[in-house]
Amino acid sequence: MLSRVAESLYWTSRYLERAEHTVRLLDINLGLMLDKSHTSAERRWLLVLAALGNPPHIKWEGDAYRLVQDLCFDATSQASVVNCIIAARENARQVREEISTDQWQRLNRLFHDVSRARAERYSDLQFAEFLPTVIDGVHLFQGVTDSTLSHREGWEFLQVGRFLERASATAMLLDVYHREVVRSPEESVDAYEYLEWVGMLRSCTAFEAYCKVYTADLTYERMLEFLLLNSNFPHSIRYSVDQLHRSLTSVQQQSHQLNVDELMRVSGKLRTLLGYDQISDVFAAGPGNYLRRILQECHRIHDLIYEVYIQYSVQTALAL
Amino acid sequence: MSTTLPQGHSQNPLLREYGLDRAYDEMFGADGEIRPQYEALLKVLTSLPPEELQRRKHYADVSFLMQGITFTVYGQEEGTERIFPYDLLPRLISAEEWDRIERGLTQRITALNLFLHDVYHEGKILAEGVIPREIVYSCQHFRRQMRGLQVPRNVYVAVAGTDLLRMENGEYVVLEDNLRVPSGVSYMLNNRRVLKRTLPHLFRSYGVRPIENYTQALLGTLRSLAPEGRPEPSIVLLTPGVYNSAYFEHTYLARQMGIELVEGRDLVVHDNIVYMRTTGGLKRVDVIYRRVDDDFIDPLSFRPDTILGAPGLFNAYRAGNVTLANAFGTGVADDKALYAYVPQIIRFYLDQDPILNNVETYILADAKHRQHALANLDKLVVKAVGESGGYGMLIGPHSTKEEREEFRQRIEANPRNYIAQPTLAFSRAPCFQEDGSIEPRHVDLRPYILFGDKVTIVPGGLTRVALRKGSLVVNSSQGGGSKDTWVLRQ
Repeated sequence: MLSRVAESLYWTSRYLERAEHTVRLLDINLGLMLDKSHTSAERRWLLVLAALGNPPHIKWEGDAYRLVQDLCFDATSQASVVNCIIAARENARQVREEISTDQWQRLNRLFHDVSRARAERYSDLQFAEFLPTVIDGVHLFQGVTDSTLSHREGWEFLQVGRFLERASATAMLLDVYHREVVRSPEESVDAYEYLEWVGMLRSCTAFEAYCKVYTADLTYERMLEFLLLNSNFPHSIRYSVDQLHRSLTSVQQQSHQLNVDELMRVSGKLRTLLGYDQISDVFAAGPGNYLRRILQECHRIHDLIYEVYIQYSVQTALAL
Repeated sequence: MSTTLPQGHSQNPLLREYGLDRAYDEMFGADGEIRPQYEALLKVLTSLPPEELQRRKHYADVSFLMQGITFTVYGQEEGTERIFPYDLLPRLISAEEWDRIERGLTQRITALNLFLHDVYHEGKILAEGVIPREIVYSCQHFRRQMRGLQVPRNVYVAVAGTDLLRMENGEYVVLEDNLRVPSGVSYMLNNRRVLKRTLPHLFRSYGVRPIENYTQALLGTLRSLAPEGRPEPSIVLLTPGVYNSAYFEHTYLARQMGIELVEGRDLVVHDNIVYMRTTGGLKRVDVIYRRVDDDFIDPLSFRPDTILGAPGLFNAYRAGNVTLANAFGTGVADDKALYAYVPQIIRFYLDQDPILNNVETYILADAKHRQHALANLDKLVVKAVGESGGYGMLIGPHSTKEEREEFRQRIEANPRNYIAQPTLAFSRAPCFQEDGSIEPRHVDLRPYILFGDKVTIVPGGLTRVALRKGSLVVNSSQGGGSKDTWVLRQ
């Protein structure tokens, strides 16, 4: 597979995952905002911005709907939902012959839906309707991808982009909550705080899945354990890293690339860490440190994917 | 211009608007009698209820749309796609007519390749004064970098798309040789695929020669041109990228041939070897079917600002480590001024008379020709020599006084850049109209010629149609469409 094609597929799914995550965070916090909680509006939305990595050009100016509008539609911000969708579509367009027609049409429709929404200035109520349609659009694209594209190298690169983005975004989100919301793991939660924790779980689509394992009894330790180390839940960091490693292994086998030792070592080590560590290990290291380390490893994996598959130097490639 | 309904068919409601004039009509003879090969077609069309034809037209539309045979319209609703306009009725070519076309095109491509080899080597044809040196050396597509360079099998033009017109007397003549990066072949192939489904019974009853082997023949041609010592050559198609209007065709051909579709940024040249960047490392490239113009292919050798090519590609080519199809510098042979000399070129290299004639052409660099042409601008078609796609043209009879004056100034400022030809009454073929009737429209024919270890011309081509009534412009960029072309077994 051409390196350029692999790169475009990787970014297509990464941008879509990012758009989905952003939209879900906005949707949930717009809902939570309606209940008066200890968390002031300002604190809440600064937390959302931090969880999204404090995108440049976007500032909290005192109006939640204004902020949501910016995060969805701001043309100058790389991080806005509309720009993520445009970037995903542009990447897919460059490799139109590598993806299925169904995938392309799905993505095109999502793009048109979002463009139309941007053209009409939305009222508060309409946002509540608009945000879930973006999530639906991304889900439909994933479903069509799984059922119409051969599960070969190209499909694996789509998985790599998606799960690397998911692992990083979840790690970032947990880190922000850890800093901003948690006081101490032993303290029991009051009604307002309870809402915040539900919000965190729902930001990872994890509330119902958590309850099935631990019941609705929310404790920080358990939530962290679930979102970090659960092996079956698709939005947990461990699950994402497992998938990432599986796809990277498959890419290596199909591409016959020889220069993969460092990449497979880093990704394998992260996977093993999450596979064998227990929540007590996380607390021993300090959750903040632990999460930031995961984030660093994700960045490192991204860099190594570029070094190995996409922007390798000609000398290295000729020496092999 | 008198128009008459064909005799004996004036009662046929399908033909209520069908008129004949001095242009050759593909369906009716000058006497108004239907030509034998069109009889069955007209009979079937007449027997179908009008809604049925509309229904099939709609079916074909949907089929084009679903296959993604579309071009993108930019602007407000970015990303909306329209289908390439086409006509439902096939253009029919008898076996006899085709035989002549095939022989004529083979002769022409053979002579033009010999010519290209000659001008980039000894230059015998120039030394003997058959062609004035200044015509060749002043051509903007002449590439002095090609001097003395040996290309595989001495094939410069591996893929050509020659535009033919049919004159009033029924004779096919050559309007233009497209020897650089001719396009449109995917439309030829897709028109056929759609029409076979739309009019299956008619197709079967006609005994149409197949064209589906084009992509296989193209692959074989490219393979036969691989550098020596590369028995299993790796072949790629080089595209300018997604913003090129022919991008659909590039993806289509690459897919049909099973070769990689690469852009300039995918290629790396190291020690005069061309590689493509793959996830498995660098992979050597032996043959490049390039759909990028000469100027843009290598910033080190040609335009330095290009990002469509690969730095060092030309040196790798010079070193004989990679084949480019077509070769560099083929544009010197399809220059519109040089075109006037093609009959002499055929005589010079092959010692034969041309089987397909040229359109009468005035070379405006020649003082006598220029004088005549400037006096008759309202009757002539003036073309810029380096342009294609219907750009840079003056169509005398349809021009305003201001336009003619503008062209007069341009010609006088740079006569080498222009030629003039009479306004041609080229042939018209029956076309299906929105209201369900059939009317004649002007058509040309672009067969595709492949030249590798042998010459291959798949029987057919792209018939382009000037869809607007009375229009003579068939270019897709300017209101033209296309139709399927059936070459009959007998």
